[in-house]
Amino acid sequence: MLPLWLQWVLWGILKAVLVLLFVTVNAIILIWLERKVSGHIQNRIGPLRVGGPAGVLQSFADIIKLLAKEDFFPKRGDPWVWWLAPSVAFAPALMVFFVLPIGPHLVVQDMNVGLLFIVAITSFSVLSVFMAGWGSNDKYSLIGAMRAGAQLFSYELPMVLALVAVTLATGTLNISEIVARQQGMWLIFPQFLAFLVFYIGAIAELNRTPFDLGEAESELVAGYHTEYSGIRWAMFMLGEYTNLLTSSILVSLVFLGGWSGPLLPGWVWVLIKAYLLIFVAMWIRWTLPRVRIDQLMDLGWKFLLPLSLLNIALTGVYMAVMA
Amino acid sequence: MEKGSEVYTAEEAGRLGREGITEPIVINLGPQHPSTHGVLRLITTLDGETVLKAQPDIGYLHRNWEKIVEGWQYPQIIPFADRNDYISAIFNEWLVCKSVEDALGIELDKRAEVLRTIFAELNRLISHQLWFGTYAMDIGAFTPFVYALRDREWGYALLEKATGARQLYAFFRIGGLRNDVPDGWIEELSQYLDYFEKEAYPQYVDLLTGNEIFIQRSEGVGVVSRDVALAFGATGPVLRGSGVPYDVRKAHPYGVYGEVEFEVPVGEHGDNLDRAMVRMKEMLESVKIIRQCVELLPEEGEVLTSRVPRVLKLPEGNYYTRLESPRGEVGLWVVSTGGLGPYRMKWRAPSFVNLQLLDHMARGEKVADLIAALGTIDIILGEVDR
Repeated sequence: MLPLWLQWVLWGILKAVLVLLFVTVNAIILIWLERKVSGHIQNRIGPLRVGGPAGVLQSFADIIKLLAKEDFFPKRGDPWVWWLAPSVAFAPALMVFFVLPIGPHLVVQDMNVGLLFIVAITSFSVLSVFMAGWGSNDKYSLIGAMRAGAQLFSYELPMVLALVAVTLATGTLNISEIVARQQGMWLIFPQFLAFLVFYIGAIAELNRTPFDLGEAESELVAGYHTEYSGIRWAMFMLGEYTNLLTSSILVSLVFLGGWSGPLLPGWVWVLIKAYLLIFVAMWIRWTLPRVRIDQLMDLGWKFLLPLSLLNIALTGVYMAVMA
Repeated sequence: MEKGSEVYTAEEAGRLGREGITEPIVINLGPQHPSTHGVLRLITTLDGETVLKAQPDIGYLHRNWEKIVEGWQYPQIIPFADRNDYISAIFNEWLVCKSVEDALGIELDKRAEVLRTIFAELNRLISHQLWFGTYAMDIGAFTPFVYALRDREWGYALLEKATGARQLYAFFRIGGLRNDVPDGWIEELSQYLDYFEKEAYPQYVDLLTGNEIFIQRSEGVGVVSRDVALAFGATGPVLRGSGVPYDVRKAHPYGVYGEVEFEVPVGEHGDNLDRAMVRMKEMLESVKIIRQCVELLPEEGEVLTSRVPRVLKLPEGNYYTRLESPRGEVGLWVVSTGGLGPYRMKWRAPSFVNLQLLDHMARGEKVADLIAALGTIDIILGEVDR
């Protein structure tokens, strides 16, 4: 028998590897799915003729291509900040997964304040954007970083307030508990406003169209990751798709009843609901034009924030009346 | 970055009331940039997100057209003229042919005139479709672009069937057309028009122009008042968007435009939305014109009239000819000394003239609107630089 501390360490490493594997596999699936969805929406074939059956090998070809690319560093950039930024983008996306239950008891660390932890960790994504924008020594990157920073900050607030209403309604910050409280009715019905605010905010947090101002290709080339190429750029993409996955899983857990569903095992239901939300996000991305920075700010501060506050008030009144 | 760049002075900062607030940055949009529609360089001064100044720097596609064609014989000039506005090449070749025909008084057969009008309007439709796609890209929607290219493809296939080329046709001849259209071409053209009007166009409206974000992004942005548009000499949809119903097809009819009925859509406020909607309506007007032309098309007639003199010499003098291209009034000024070719040719490119409005449109707007305003001018760099 191994000593207890070694068991603990090995167990931890195994869990970390499993989570990493899950995230990477899902990111690859998401990249493939994005291609397919956009291809079908745009009347294109998408990767069907190339890359093996249904184009599954396309993503792997992409990875090989990205690994083989020149590792480019911009002149007079800030090396440390520049090198660290992709990792900082990916790390919080991964960390969120340690408290996110995929099914009943299928969680690395079932934290009592899981929701709070997630909110705290996802705020770090602003940091990577700023680091990338500053370290690149490029005006496009800098403007993109400024935009993305302002945007992430503005949408963090209504999202957190939407979750406050959820906490009010369920009385817990533990995500497994929140799922357990939804056995009678999914939280999307009593907390529709919170769902709306949270989902819009999540799309904005993910920097996806119509809120992809940080990387608006029509004016900023590629925004904060203009100067990144090869595997560093891939890290940003990986972080972005992981964030898409985590937000969708979180929404399905908090608002769509998590693993409650007939017949199939719980984790399948979570993934089905999450992928449905991912599809909607892709649908929105390939349909809508981009909003302008001032309109984005207006939406965040003048619409979503009051709406989430109103929702908290309504929830409070309801709780008081019912109690 | 050094303080106080040459394109933004302290005096300007004082005039704009932005003295000492923030430090403006100068950013080069282009010549290699995803949305400058070619190789345009915009020296842009930004205060945060706000555009203080946008100075177009042109010439990256300069081919010295006007000098090269000096001394060429007139028929030789036609294929090279195609390269000016390469998205709507028909108008270029028509312009060169028309200037010689008008100067020599060559009358075309009715069939040739009608076919020319059909080709021109088909090309206008294709050009506006491309504009629709690129403007959607400029405001961040990618899918309309793919839809526009899908529909444009059929139009190009039609042009290819008749002319043998997709983009640069060299199809018009002085005195008519190189060849008649193949059998069944008119029927397929009608099918294409039906498809465009009933299926493609409603999709455009659903996807983009009826979208709330699109309207919010375009309304009240890049305003050009009627007086400013006239003072800058703007033409085409840019001028009509500002409410001036000037269209060469109506004001100085040519081809068979005098015999067909169509409307000249005009805007009201001269903002991005007006310019966009003018182009959207023009697409439908083009369809209308082609339909009437198909009715007018005589069964018999020479497509290349035999009344063209063997040796084409313009009498000594100055000649100015104009056409309404998708981008505005395209004009050709020919100075002839009586030789086989022109002594001097001046190409009045509507893109070049309209582009000068960009700075006026973009000042005080956000940088994203600068790109959108550029999109509504619908420039073709081949024509701007010549």
